[in-house]
Amino acid sequence: MSDALLKIQNVESYYGPIMAIRGVSLDVEQGQIVTVLGANGAGKTTLMKTISGVMDPEKGQITFDGVEIQGMEPHKVVAQGVVHIPEGREVFPLMSVNDNLSLGAYTRNDTANIEQDREMVFSYFPILKERRDQEAGYLSGGEQQMLAIGRGLMARPKIMLLDEPSLGLSPLLVQEIFEILRRLNAEQKVTMMLVEQNAAIALELAHVGYVMEVGRIVMHGSADELMQSEDIQNFYLGVQEEGVREERRWKRKKTWR
Amino acid sequence: MDFFQLLVSGIANGCVYGLIALGFVMIYKATEAVNFAQGDFMMLGAFVMIGFGNSGYWGLPFGVAIVLTLVVMGALGYLIDRLLLRRVAGESQTAIIILTIALGFVMRFIAGIIWGHSPQSLENPLAGQELRLAGITLGMEDVAVILVTVALTVGLFFFFGRTKLGLAMQAASQNQLAAYYMGIPVKRVQGFIWALSGVVAGIAGILFATKGSVDPTTGLIGIKAFAAAVIGGFGSLPGALLGGLVIGIIEPFASRYMPAGYSQIAPYALLLIVLVFRPSGLFSQLRNKKV
Repeated sequence: MSDALLKIQNVESYYGPIMAIRGVSLDVEQGQIVTVLGANGAGKTTLMKTISGVMDPEKGQITFDGVEIQGMEPHKVVAQGVVHIPEGREVFPLMSVNDNLSLGAYTRNDTANIEQDREMVFSYFPILKERRDQEAGYLSGGEQQMLAIGRGLMARPKIMLLDEPSLGLSPLLVQEIFEILRRLNAEQKVTMMLVEQNAAIALELAHVGYVMEVGRIVMHGSADELMQSEDIQNFYLGVQEEGVREERRWKRKKTWR
Repeated sequence: MDFFQLLVSGIANGCVYGLIALGFVMIYKATEAVNFAQGDFMMLGAFVMIGFGNSGYWGLPFGVAIVLTLVVMGALGYLIDRLLLRRVAGESQTAIIILTIALGFVMRFIAGIIWGHSPQSLENPLAGQELRLAGITLGMEDVAVILVTVALTVGLFFFFGRTKLGLAMQAASQNQLAAYYMGIPVKRVQGFIWALSGVVAGIAGILFATKGSVDPTTGLIGIKAFAAAVIGGFGSLPGALLGGLVIGIIEPFASRYMPAGYSQIAPYALLLIVLVFRPSGLFSQLRNKKV
């Protein structure tokens, strides 16, 4: 297990006095897509922010590619090859699509390769090429999400941390974006860590899944195992067994409680 | 041709207001702090230039004095961010505002101690020269001020639009968190913005000093420049310059065609009118964020 690309060990993070992450450990192997599922407030976003250095952990170790990155300044973490694609897109609204992409490559200096990567991004997201001179603030939600992912790719990341890429998008767009993520993983070998509330689509894409509740990892396994698990089916996928009466659902206890 | 001469001198004054307003807006956009010492920054720039260039002080050649002044002002801007502003980052807006107001007082007193409290003017090669064009007589200083401002505007436009650091500055001001995610060292970029606004204030100071005399309270025109920035829609760089021009042009016309005293009120009257009818300024860039 020591050869994992990203290794998180017993990380604890606080928002002021509130403990948002209570000792989380997980591994992301090279080339994998790992998803972290969980409801609102489970600590998923905090976990992402702790990895990318926007928040500092109180305890624990985050090792990326053999380097300890916990508590590092965010721009140094990016330079290590960790790119965080934040929840809610966070594009630069008054700048053109092209400039947004250029900023994605801020940590790089290899101009020729940057242009090559820009073309690569355009080949995955043709709509961005069409809109390249438009201000990002005028793009639709889906296009902004594509821009956020494309901008992340411009850093040529070793790992992409995707925070809720499906947020606020139509089911059709979600399908489209997840298909592109799958292709990016298969064709460009981009390792991904994906935080999602939409468990069905996340498990379909991912190889490995973790389930987070109130700041703790409560379950983990391969995506297939999780999809088969009764708890996941009931509480995250919303599958109803035939003949089960409605009241049964809240009487049931999760096995990890 | 009275009209045209008033217009040119108004534009020249407006350029100085515009450049100070530019400093306000640059710092506000990038760091969300309002630097109320921006006018005093300009005053200090003027005095540093006088100190380097005038024969009563160091008497360096004009060009050398300009370069040294801009270097000193840039360094000063950077150090103010590094040593003072960074320590109050995250505190309430009030704390930052009071800090910058206090900074203005300190600059006024320091300037008074070093260069005295009586008005001084900059010895410059353009002093007293006139440009005659089709029967109109223009002060060479006014023309130079306008040309320098235009050149600086074009330069800044390319800097912000084309260079990596310029783009990073824009990014840090539009979405600070996302700038962190892109690997932009936001704090260092903010330091550069303070340095840049110091340089711009230095240029404004030199231009001001070529047009007239300077004393330590000159920085109070920063209030007019603040009005200019608000008229332009605090947050837009072109707006700040245009706001400065509007105020600069209104003043001489108000003093020429209106009863005495109105020229002092006119800029603020305009400010009120703009705030009532277009509260976000004439050239606001505010836009609702899409969810």
